[in-house]
Order: sequence, then structure tokens, then C-alpha cells
Amino acid sequence: MHKLLNDSPGEKIMLLGNEAIARGAVEAGVAFATTYPGTPSSEISLNLFQMSQESDLYFEYSTNEKVALEVAAAAANSGLRTFCMMKHVGLNVAADPLMTLAYVGVTGGMVILTADDPSMFSSQNEQDNRYYAKFGNLPMLEPSSVPEAKEMIKYAFELSEELNQPVLLRTTTRINHSNAYVTFGDIKPMQTKGRFEKDPGRCVTVPVVSRQLHVKVLEKMNRAKRIAETSEFNLIEGSGKFGIIANGVSYHYAQDAVKDLSIENNAKILRLGFSNPMPEQQIKDFLADCEKVLVIEEGEPFMEEAVKAFAQETGIIILINGKSEALFSRLYEYDPAMVRKNMADYFGIEYTPTEKLSVDNVPEIPMRPPNLCSGCSHRATFYEIQQAAKDMDIICPNDIGCYTLGFMPPLSTGDFVICMGSSVSSSCGFSQATDQKVVSVIGDSTFFHSGMTGLVNAVFNNHNFTLVILENDITAMTGHQPHPGVDMERFGLSGFGRVNIEKVVKAFGVEHVSIIKPFKVKKSIETIKEALAYKGVSVIISQEPCALYAKSLKLLKPRAFKVSDKCVDHRDCINTIACPSFYLEDEKVKIDADTCVGCAVCAQICPENAITPLKK
Amino acid sequence: METTRLIMVAVGGQGNLLASKVLGEAALISGVPVRMSEIHGMAQRGGVVESAIVFGDATSSIISDGEADILMGFEPAETLRALNRCSKNTKVITNTATLPPFTVSIGKGVYPEVEKTKELLKEKCASLVAIDAMKLAKEAGTPMSVNIVLLGALVQSGGLGFTKEDVIEAIKRRTKKAFLDMNLKAFEMGYEAAQNYSS
Repeated sequence: MHKLLNDSPGEKIMLLGNEAIARGAVEAGVAFATTYPGTPSSEISLNLFQMSQESDLYFEYSTNEKVALEVAAAAANSGLRTFCMMKHVGLNVAADPLMTLAYVGVTGGMVILTADDPSMFSSQNEQDNRYYAKFGNLPMLEPSSVPEAKEMIKYAFELSEELNQPVLLRTTTRINHSNAYVTFGDIKPMQTKGRFEKDPGRCVTVPVVSRQLHVKVLEKMNRAKRIAETSEFNLIEGSGKFGIIANGVSYHYAQDAVKDLSIENNAKILRLGFSNPMPEQQIKDFLADCEKVLVIEEGEPFMEEAVKAFAQETGIIILINGKSEALFSRLYEYDPAMVRKNMADYFGIEYTPTEKLSVDNVPEIPMRPPNLCSGCSHRATFYEIQQAAKDMDIICPNDIGCYTLGFMPPLSTGDFVICMGSSVSSSCGFSQATDQKVVSVIGDSTFFHSGMTGLVNAVFNNHNFTLVILENDITAMTGHQPHPGVDMERFGLSGFGRVNIEKVVKAFGVEHVSIIKPFKVKKSIETIKEALAYKGVSVIISQEPCALYAKSLKLLKPRAFKVSDKCVDHRDCINTIACPSFYLEDEKVKIDADTCVGCAVCAQICPENAITPLKK
Repeated sequence: METTRLIMVAVGGQGNLLASKVLGEAALISGVPVRMSEIHGMAQRGGVVESAIVFGDATSSIISDGEADILMGFEPAETLRALNRCSKNTKVITNTATLPPFTVSIGKGVYPEVEKTKELLKEKCASLVAIDAMKLAKEAGTPMSVNIVLLGALVQSGGLGFTKEDVIEAIKRRTKKAFLDMNLKAFEMGYEAAQNYSS
């Protein structure tokens, strides 16, 4: 049985934050869960996906976050406890249903999780999604630790049902990807089937209805504020004239700093865990006997601006600060030493910072950037695109996935990336706005997510570019999740449909469609050349399973290659495809037989035919 | 309980996340509070994987630059790169078996000499244990046990608040049965290598 399904209240177990959240959802009796995978949230859905195969939980990988939220909205309006999770930028995709679902509300408890990524460990921006709660009128909870995340999601379902409103649970990477001991609680039985009771005056948002709904949303948020005033998640600890207001992980950095600076008797901390709407009266009371207040929150001054406004309303004149040149930044994640230093500076506490080591005589250490794997078919496709477009002035819009790494030299295929699906739509713009040749790349999962609408646009508006769809049969980047083009039998699961990309593309009206097998180098280059010569929208589908995934399924039996004596050191292999299995030994190119999977791309481009199978 | 902060750095695929799990389990067995944080976004694609493990009463789960009490590096260049996480009081344990980054393989960067790396670590930090964990792991039966060899060296070096037996029990609970004998051997070999190490 899945470890998170154990009905063993009191069991203490080390869990990743994301596992704790999945367990919390199970304990809350969640019956319906949807997602599109995205780091740092991916392990929540992975665990729910696994558990759905051994329980009555309904779970789906939806095609994108907007779809996931709409699917979930229906379940939550049929009375089921529903959980929809995504990474922070995913909520942008889901923002359209989000803003109006907040008007409509829910009848079953609904939790929407946004996993924010301060410092952008694996994201394209570090937007602070707390503003979505304020913007969309959603109650919001923010855990400070892994065990609390599990408790908070359980409460989030109760709160949602009390208000008939979806609740936003906002985490950051350091919650999702931290481990701590968590104690299992009771598992609430789940209700797996509901009933939708028609209620057009609430559920059909024509203007006359929505005008009334907006009034009701504001009433709900007033009720939420009263609940926040006495919420156990908004807690005050310590006493003294120094006031500290913190949220999320910053709360623990603040706790440690107060102790390290020995100001336990001078400082009190207000930790906001129920942070939208804010507990206005509690904050005003907190400010009343402070001499000076420091607000500690990663990201934007979300709490700070509200706290300053509350002080103004009550006529309290004290120094309240957080974000400033001398204190905290709006950039990146915080750490304990930074919080300690700023706290000491702000409150005038003497302290000796840790002495940094001098690294003057340490030699420069070569970087270790992430790289496409050995035998990754994307490398072959990028090489072939560059060869086919040699001597052309090309723009290569790229997209979000492993293949974004194609922008790095020597592959250098990736000139413009802003969000999921943007490769296709931006190609429309580039081809119209310039005379440069446009050839863009997108992964299969990302194509289903939001590349399809761009392609329809391209056909309708008669744009001129070549789109290469990298069909590797899996969502590779986030850890091998399925997508609509995947054969679910490979997961040992039946009862799923399968969408064929070639048929989709042709049905859209793309007239020039070709398929390549990227490990056949010469033929692929010829096919890409033909597509580039076509005026209008052309699509190339590059088909080869993800090497890592194929290895894990034992579909791929690695057959290593070696560099033979025929090598005369052109180094075309290293210099043009740069597979990580190459290394130099005594200035000679070698292939690491432990990592080479035998894609044979290098063997095909070696001018001396010096790369040959390693016979065992 | 006093706080001990451990940073582990490795290259994707070296098994430092499993090593963290074993240490977490050992902490549970011995009743030491523990919180851990890991960054593994692009790990499978050959990047650096870092785990921070905080034992004791502090409530944070990450470790600031200069504040690691112990640094354990699974790869010598990565150990050296993590020097900014150390102070003069930091104990350092490092593998000496190299995994040159691809940038070096293609001639864009020079890999730091291992002897020089050891010298620098010894000069700047409180102590150094440097062992060829790859060689020992292979002797124990599988190169996959590099992480467990290093755990042996870590436990021998002390300061974690739990015993060798606690960690052996944790290895039994947390690693695959098929590898157990090799892992236990690897652990002992790492422990002994650290014991016999004189820098």
C-alpha cells in the first residue's frame, strides 16, 4: 500500500513537504484532485496519482492549469472535496476561471494550491501569488513548516466549506522541498459521488447574476476576516516593544534570529498563517504597544503595505519597515543569517556576524550547468535544425521543458522563451514582424498544454514558420508524468484515450506536416530543409522517447559506442553536439561507456567514421 | 539541544538525497529533532544537488553561507565550490574521486587539482577527512554505495548527536534490501577510512 494511505494515526514519518500536503489532503477526505505538473508542486500530484490507483480518489493530469481548475470547479460544485494544485505561473493560466469561480463559490470544500518559487530554482519568474488571493477574493493560508502544511490543508477544506468559497493554499519551494517528521492523523472517509443542484442565480454568471455575486463575495470576505481574527494560524509569541510580523518560512528564520540575538524578552512575533483577508483588529492591537515593527516576508511587501495602512487608520505613529535598501529585498529567497543581520541592524542589537572565509586563493571552479542527458533526442533534433538552417538568418522561439536547455551553446537553439506555449504564438509574431526565417520548438506535453491554440492561430492568419514538436512520449522535465499523447498502458493503466499529435495538426489545417526520427541524422536534416522551404505553416514531429524514461521502462537497452583509432581529432562531435558522455583524456576524445546509450548521432556526424559500437 | 548544521553537496545521481533520508531516519531513532531542505530542480540533468540538514533546536530548515558546522562533499570540486558555506570552524569530509563537469570535458574550464583542493580545505577549515569513496564503494561491491561510504566517514567524525548503531539501523530501514549487505560493508569501510585518516 502507498505509504501515505496508511490508516495509522500517530505514526511518525519523515515526509517531503509535498508528501505531507498530499497526506493532509487524504486525511481531509479529498475525493477529487486535478493538476498540471510543475516544480515545485509536482510531488504532490505524483503521490495523489499513485494513491488514486489504490483508492477511490479520482485524480487526473489535466491538459493545463485552466482545464484542471475548471474540471475541479465542477466537482466542487457537485459537493465533493476537491483539490487543484499547480506551480505559481500555472495560476496565471488558471486565472480566468479563478477570478469568476470566486464569485460563484463551491458547495464542497475546494483547495487551490499555488507553489511559489522565490529565487526561481526552477521557474521563469518569482511572482508573488499572494496577490491572487487579494485580487480574486479568496481566503489564503500559508504554512511555515512541513508538519503545519499537512494540518493547514485539512483546515483549508473546512474553511472552504464554512464560507462556500475556494481557499488558496500558498507554499514556497522551501516548504515543498523540505523534509521533516510528520505525525499521521485520522483519515476522513471520502465522498466520491456528489450531485449538482441547479442554481442559475449563482452558477450562470451573466451580468445580472454577477452583479449580485460580487456583493456576496465581499460579504464572504468579511466573514473570512472575522474568522482570521481568531484563527489559530495567526499567532503571537513573546512580548516586548520590538514587533516582528512574518509569514511562511520567514517566521522560522525570525524565531531563530530572536533566540540567536537573545532578545526573547524584548521582541514579540506575529506570524500570519491566515493571511488573506488579514486579521485587521489583531494587527492593530499588536501594533499598539510596539515601539518599532519589522515585517519579514519573501517577495513583495504584501503584508507590509497592509500593516502600514492599518497603523495609519488607528493613528499609531511608529516606524514600520520591511522592504528597503538597508533591510529586506523583493528579490530571491531569504535565509537565517540575513534575517538575523537585518533584525539586529533594525532594532540596534549588537552582534558579531559569522566571519566569512577568504576565498582569494581558491582557483576558479568550472561551472556545472544542467545539460540535456546522454542520448537525449532533443540534442539530435537541435543539431539537425541548425544544420538544415545553415546560412539562414533564423529565429528559434523555444518553450518550457527540458529542451529549453537547447539555448545553450553549441546547440544554440532557443532565442525567445516567456511561458508555456509561447513558442508557437511568438513565431506568428516574429514571422510577421521580421524577414527572418522562424523555426520554433515545443515539447509534446507543452503542445497539448497551450501550443495548440497558437497553431490554430497560425493557420487562420496564414503565418509563415516551421514548428518542430518534440514528441518524446512523456512530460520529462517534471519527472515523467503522462500527457494526452501518452500510451497509458506503459503505466500499467487502462481506460484512457490517446490523442495523436499528427492527426491533431492535420485536422487544424496545417498542410505541410512531416515526421522525423531524430537519430537518423541525414534524413532528418533533409526533411527539415523541405519544411523550411515551404511558405506557410509547416510542422515537423520529431519522434523519439525520452532516453531516461525509456531506460526506466527497459525499452532502451544501452549499447555504448567508442572512439576508434581512426579519430584524427576534428572534434566535430564535442564541438557541435556536446553530449555529456564525451570527455577528453590526454587531449583525445573518449566516450564514457557507462553513460552512453548508443543513440549513434555522433557516429553519424564524425567525418572519419571513427565512432563505432563498443563490442562487449 | 545544540544545533548542528550539515551541508551535503553532490552531483545529480550520486545519491545524496538517499543519504539525507538515512540521516533523517537515524535522527528519528535517536530522538534528535531534524529538518532538511533540498534543491534538486535539474538534478537528473547533471547539475549540483545540495541538501541542508539542521539537527537540534533551531527551527529553520536551510543554512546560510558561512554557517555550516559540517560540510560533506561527494565530489572534490563541488566540496571546494561549497567553501562559501563554511567558516574556520567547519569540519569538512570529502570524496576525492572526481567527476569533472562537462565544461571541463570539452576543454572549457580547468578542473582544480585534488591535492590543491585538499590543501585549501585543510588550511581554511577546522578539519578535513578526504577519502576515495568511489574506490571503497567498488570494494564493497557497488559504485552506487559512494553515499553510504561517505555516511560512514561522517558518523566517525562525530558531532551529529546519534550513534553508529542508530545509523546502521537507519540504513537497514531506508535502503533497498538487495543492496543491504554491500551498504553495510560500505558504511564500515567509510567509518574505518575516516578513523585511519591523517591529513
